[in-house]
Amino acid sequence: MPRKPRLAVFKFASCDGCQLSLLDAEDELLAICDRVEIAHFAEASSDLQPGPYDVALVEGSITTHEDAERIKRVRADSKFLMTIGACATAGGIQSLRNWGQIDEWVGSVYPSPEFIRTLATSTAIADHVLVDFALHGCPINHHQLVDILVALAEGRQPRVPSHSVCLDCKHRGTVCSVVARGIPCLGPVTQSGCGAICPAYDRGCYGCFGPSQPANTTSLVSQFRSHGHQTEKLVPLLRSFNAAAPEFQRASEQLVILGTSSEGCRS
Amino acid sequence: METPISPLFIPKPHLQLLLDELRRRKYSVVGPTIDQDAIVYGDIHSVEQLPQGWTDEQAPGHYRLKRREDESWFGYVVGPHSWKKYLFPPKTTLLSAEKTESGWQFIPRSADTTKFALLGVRACELAAMRIQDQVFLDGPYQDPLYRERREQLFIIAVNCTQAASTCFCTSMKTGPRCEKGFDLALTEIDSGFLCEVGSERGREVLDAFISSARRASEGSSNDANSTNENVTSLPILDATPEQLRSAETARQQAVDQITKHMETSDLPGLLLSNLDHPRWKEVGERCLSCTNCTMVCPTCFCSSVTEVRDLNMDRVERERTWDSCFNPDFSYLGGSLVRNDTASRYRQWLTHKLDSWHAQFGTSGCVGCGRCITWCPVGIDITEEVAAIREGTLP
Amino acid sequence: MTATRPTLHENPWYTHTVRITDLIDETEGVATYHLKFTDGDAATAYEFIPGQFNMLYLPGVGESAISMSGDPARKNGWIHTVRVAGNVTKTLARLRRGDTLGLRGPFGTGWPVADLVGTDVVIVAGGLGMAPLRPLVYHLMNHREQFGKIWLILGARTSDGLLYPCEYSAWQKRDLEVILTVDRATADWNGHVGVVTQLIDRLQLPRPEQTQMVTCGPEVMMKYAAMSGHRLGIDAGRIWVSMERNMQCAAGLCGHCQLGPEFICKDGPVIRYDRIRPYLFVEQL
Repeated sequence: MPRKPRLAVFKFASCDGCQLSLLDAEDELLAICDRVEIAHFAEASSDLQPGPYDVALVEGSITTHEDAERIKRVRADSKFLMTIGACATAGGIQSLRNWGQIDEWVGSVYPSPEFIRTLATSTAIADHVLVDFALHGCPINHHQLVDILVALAEGRQPRVPSHSVCLDCKHRGTVCSVVARGIPCLGPVTQSGCGAICPAYDRGCYGCFGPSQPANTTSLVSQFRSHGHQTEKLVPLLRSFNAAAPEFQRASEQLVILGTSSEGCRS
Repeated sequence: METPISPLFIPKPHLQLLLDELRRRKYSVVGPTIDQDAIVYGDIHSVEQLPQGWTDEQAPGHYRLKRREDESWFGYVVGPHSWKKYLFPPKTTLLSAEKTESGWQFIPRSADTTKFALLGVRACELAAMRIQDQVFLDGPYQDPLYRERREQLFIIAVNCTQAASTCFCTSMKTGPRCEKGFDLALTEIDSGFLCEVGSERGREVLDAFISSARRASEGSSNDANSTNENVTSLPILDATPEQLRSAETARQQAVDQITKHMETSDLPGLLLSNLDHPRWKEVGERCLSCTNCTMVCPTCFCSSVTEVRDLNMDRVERERTWDSCFNPDFSYLGGSLVRNDTASRYRQWLTHKLDSWHAQFGTSGCVGCGRCITWCPVGIDITEEVAAIREGTLP
Repeated sequence: MTATRPTLHENPWYTHTVRITDLIDETEGVATYHLKFTDGDAATAYEFIPGQFNMLYLPGVGESAISMSGDPARKNGWIHTVRVAGNVTKTLARLRRGDTLGLRGPFGTGWPVADLVGTDVVIVAGGLGMAPLRPLVYHLMNHREQFGKIWLILGARTSDGLLYPCEYSAWQKRDLEVILTVDRATADWNGHVGVVTQLIDRLQLPRPEQTQMVTCGPEVMMKYAAMSGHRLGIDAGRIWVSMERNMQCAAGLCGHCQLGPEFICKDGPVIRYDRIRPYLFVEQL
């Protein structure tokens, strides 16, 4: 076996939940340390070693000019760059700012807005640099992360399932909440990874793992509308942790246009 | 059966004794019960768990549990589950691998001894089991778990007395009457069930059940397993002509309620000769490729195997799970996907189900249960898709 | 289909332990593995029909369908020529002599050896497609008198990619005409440059109606080879191709490898061209 790959973990705009899930992988953590050398992981150790790194895990989205530059340096220092979580992969919940006016919300959030320097948008890492692998989820599934790290340490191409949440619901015997209860559930357009938790507890899927391949949001949203679900309920559903994922973003923007026009008709 | 035996009449409360008899014979009895706002299949210990007084309302992309006006026990059609989950489970370990000093050792899974008794199997579902039998048992290789469970299976069929708007078993010639492939078959009428015998095993269980019912009605039951306190002194006798007529009327009601139709005369051939039909693209725009139709289908049999390993790689299990031709990864070949858009995946499913299945197994892969129509989140109707392709076909 | 299948075990998942007894580097990224059962009882079961495949299993990584590439008459082990492509073959490439792995098989249909008796045979191989054809070549050589003229047209990207070069002269001596071609000539090459179909087109078949073609290689190559064969008078009912699809169970139980009505794992991999032709020209089938 060749030398252990050097691993680095970097944080951008995020809640830290995804990198924490690596620390949460208690059962596997020691075994992982046998396989990889953790060279840079501020959440775990103050011993931050310089690059180059074999594998970089990037958490968080790009929301500042500094970060837009820093991600380029991370990329240059890393052989294999993998985004972990919805922020890094799709822009995160903070991408809701993309639909707002920067001056307005900075002014309403911060008492001294003049000290705040930020971008008008929250964007995915892939909008800035080449990403070798994207691990979805808010937060990520740490079993998937461990599998990927082991695959990389063993020189294999990592793969995670890309099917919809529906397949997992069916494995569990969960009855479809869209069909049996009329709940607007994003499961049919959301990537597997969570184990289909929410529908098993009588909730529709929130889309934490982002769009599946292919995510036919157009068809699903039009079905929800024909069930009588209103734009004001569906837009927030699509605009959550993966609001800026292209398939979800497109669907929510279409809805806003449709919603405005149909409301216009009603009045 | 050599000679047809005239149906017996089983008073309703006695059904519990039949369940008790099956449990005494070490069967896990599974049947319809209410869960998650639907009639699903699960463990049944008591007739109280049956969906008494409930029914299902079905339409494309729509299912609702509804209260009935009567207290019928089997007054529903089919739900989101199918019996395949017992014979071809959603998740199974095929074998395990262990690292030893002399290298990898492979340990085959141990034989499965679970004996299932299925209560409430509809005619279309009997047909679906015959189809899966062909897939898993009739080829050069057999699926061992399926064989073990199938051999031990006890089937109590229940004839449909109503149909949903999504049912089209009459088109597929699979129902609604249960004609073969069961051990016992029931038809529900007001006060009880007419029971037909379909196998020696069914006869044996029925005889034992009649004896225990007799003991119960004589009030001399020493059967501690029987939990039913409603057992009456009603005897189990041959059905009366009047009861036979009521049962026939009830069954006919299901036939009469079926409105959906799929023309099948040209089906082996129609789809394979229309692989470039524009309808595939059109349905591909509506289809979510979410796999729901294939998961609820009682005949779909696609699966994938994944490696479940501990981190040190001393032990690995090969796990087989239900998979679907709608899953993009399913057609993975040498770094890319053969069927990389939804239209091509829908085409694969439909042509396989209704057309190439004939070439592979000498029968259609569809039994007309309507599950794929009901449980499609966007309500795509298989019968409409076939009709559209036929309509747009140049003669 | 004339090929029959020796049934190793009713349970298609039954996996044997095999040990790597020899390992030969062939070309860049391609190696030949000699495997033997560690279980003595199973050692009698090295029988296969040329063209069939085994599932090779690397625990924790997965399985890969790999055709046999050895002499079917020798029965002293499994011989597989493997190119590094996915995770399984990548992991296999790291194993050494003495290491163990899993094996189940043989599966699938083989080349129609009985149908070839008394006919002339055109063998067309592209790149690694030579591997599943080598057992057939051995069979033809072992029973040379049963067959008429035999041509082997073998193409590769460059001369480095021509598999088993040391064996060509032995085959030539047994009256098998070896015709080589490369897509791109390197300094060491002074033979044909171009695709295999150009060489098929130049063949002078003495009796096309009693000639059969067997071919294995990239799907597009096989389609063009079949068209060239057809032009020479070999009709589709006498052309045999070896197909590749994602095979998981290898026994027609998992659905992965379907192409039209065919399960490539059990109705193939060797399929008569007239049966599979309608489906080869449909995109994303």
